[in-house]
Amino acid sequence: MTPLVLRHFTATSCIGRGLQATLESLHAQRSGLTACAFETATLDTHIGEVPGVDEVQLPPALRRFDCRNNRLAQLGLAQDGFLDAVAVCADRWGRRRMGLFLGTSTSGMLETEIAYRRRDAATGALPADFDYAGSHNSYSLAAFVREIAGLDGPSAVVSSACSSSAKVFGSARRMIAAGLIDAAVVGGVDSLCLTTLYGFHSLQLVSRNPCKPFDVARDGISIGEAAAFALIERAPESPDDGAILLLGVGESSDAYHMSSPHPEGRGARAAMLQALGDAGLTAADINYINLHGTGTPSNDSAEGKAVASVFADRQRPVEASSTKGATGHTLGAAGALEAVICALSLRHGLLPGGANTLQVDASLEFEYLCANRQRPIARVLSNSFGFGGSNCALVLGRPC
Amino acid sequence: MLTAYIQGIGLIGPGLADWPGGARVIAGEEAYSPRPTTVPPPDGLPPAERRRTGATVKLAISVAQQAVAAAGVDPTGLPAVFSSSGGDGLICHEICETLASADRQLSPTRFHNSVHNAAAGYWSLATGATAASTSLCAYDGSFGAGLLEALALVSADRVPVLLSAYETSYPEPLRAKRPLPDSFAVALVLTPAPGPNALARLAVSLCGAAAAADRLPDPQLEALRTALPAARSLPLLRLLARREPGEVVLDYLGEQRLTVEVRECR
Repeated sequence: MTPLVLRHFTATSCIGRGLQATLESLHAQRSGLTACAFETATLDTHIGEVPGVDEVQLPPALRRFDCRNNRLAQLGLAQDGFLDAVAVCADRWGRRRMGLFLGTSTSGMLETEIAYRRRDAATGALPADFDYAGSHNSYSLAAFVREIAGLDGPSAVVSSACSSSAKVFGSARRMIAAGLIDAAVVGGVDSLCLTTLYGFHSLQLVSRNPCKPFDVARDGISIGEAAAFALIERAPESPDDGAILLLGVGESSDAYHMSSPHPEGRGARAAMLQALGDAGLTAADINYINLHGTGTPSNDSAEGKAVASVFADRQRPVEASSTKGATGHTLGAAGALEAVICALSLRHGLLPGGANTLQVDASLEFEYLCANRQRPIARVLSNSFGFGGSNCALVLGRPC
Repeated sequence: MLTAYIQGIGLIGPGLADWPGGARVIAGEEAYSPRPTTVPPPDGLPPAERRRTGATVKLAISVAQQAVAAAGVDPTGLPAVFSSSGGDGLICHEICETLASADRQLSPTRFHNSVHNAAAGYWSLATGATAASTSLCAYDGSFGAGLLEALALVSADRVPVLLSAYETSYPEPLRAKRPLPDSFAVALVLTPAPGPNALARLAVSLCGAAAAADRLPDPQLEALRTALPAARSLPLLRLLARREPGEVVLDYLGEQRLTVEVRECR
């Protein structure tokens, strides 16, 4: 693919609001996971809750969009001068020449869950203040961001479970390549709700403890929430030394099972190979992999096999980690959050060690990092895999 | 401007069982007699998986299978765009009822079927498709969003693409908040070059609010167009059904509309 440049990016999760706080947490290997005391949930588990989301107030003219997910979106957009950067870009290209592609899995589902507890006793009707389009509908997120960022180009929500906000980079790449837009705001926002907490619990995929990806004793995910955004456009022919580039995107389907990955990681392997091919790179060029690494026994095992197979021919094993021990699994926001973490890795030469993992699964054929390493790196891969066998891998890099 | 050739069409809606029959109605050759939408069970799913699928997944897959069969293409390597104005309303309702009750134990199958990309997941299980798929939502603009995504794939990657745009109605009490009267689905197989089954060449561009969306002469079909987001495609389907070169404007997002030019009809 023709490289794209991440003109600006930001992330807000349980490890911090904005880039500086996120970077400090990564440097300190701090996990943001805490014992679950969310809403009315009575589950013995840990979650990655972003503090202060309830206090966020949407602008009065946009109150119809009020829900936890859009409050988190607004909180995320307010960090690092992101909206100012979008405004500069919109002045340059025109509001109609800017796409908006955001990932979410549950959008404003929490408000629907709460509305179902407030149904009219006689008629069963939902309360009058429940706004389907503004909160419940998956597109509510992009509709809200479109308003607040003043964009008027092509727009959609990608909702492919946990690969959603990695795949938005692919949608934007194609629309830019096809000439329909000149730039795009991409990202993901997913917020805590009872459906995912109780749903993953019903599948017995949730750990009681803070998740420990790729640990020999890993026993499930910790659900988190996040808002992460990037502003992307065509890279100039000679990008600045500090530029962060999107070099490749790979997408595939497992065609195996709705909620279990292919045991050998067939689709994950295909997505990684495609991303490398798209970037014109080989496995030897990759300095660090931000793994999907959810912390369930089967997911990590399948991803481990897929990584081993793609990176088998290297002289040195590839270094890799999952940052979900720090952030939790932020589901539809994970792809964008981890792309931003990769951008920070490239910018600051930080290979983040995975938090919580104590004893790495001995069957892994790559080097899982439990401690931070610091050195300049040029090419990184980020994996995101979702229910329904939806896989996406991104290659990011610096000019060299 | 994004261009592609249409190789196959699928259609399921109220009184519209498939594209060949539906095309005669939409073209005005036969009278429209609305009946509740019926969705045939999709082919290819193992019985256990078929039992687990809800109405929305069945609809999305069945309409896609119509289009793929008409196009005569192999679905296994075909990238797919699934676009729906909402998720499966019944599954969502059942989950919310359970979570509002004293016993919040959810059904694991219901939970994994609740994801917006359930149709894409079951499609890959039914067909063995390992190519990429994406699953979109743009509320009332979901057909336009799906069409642009599919055309961008065709243009940027020079590959054939399947588009399936669909929605089912919600049960009460959600129905009062989102009153979709019935199910509707349309599927297109789009290719970068004309194949043996090419029906027409499309060229799509954004036109802002400069023009109003085209309407349908039949008041009942026009009512469908405005009531169901996937049926915002009907003015385009009418040109295709009449094998009539021309240009139509389709509703997309708010004040943003799409101009669709249809040429080289067969």
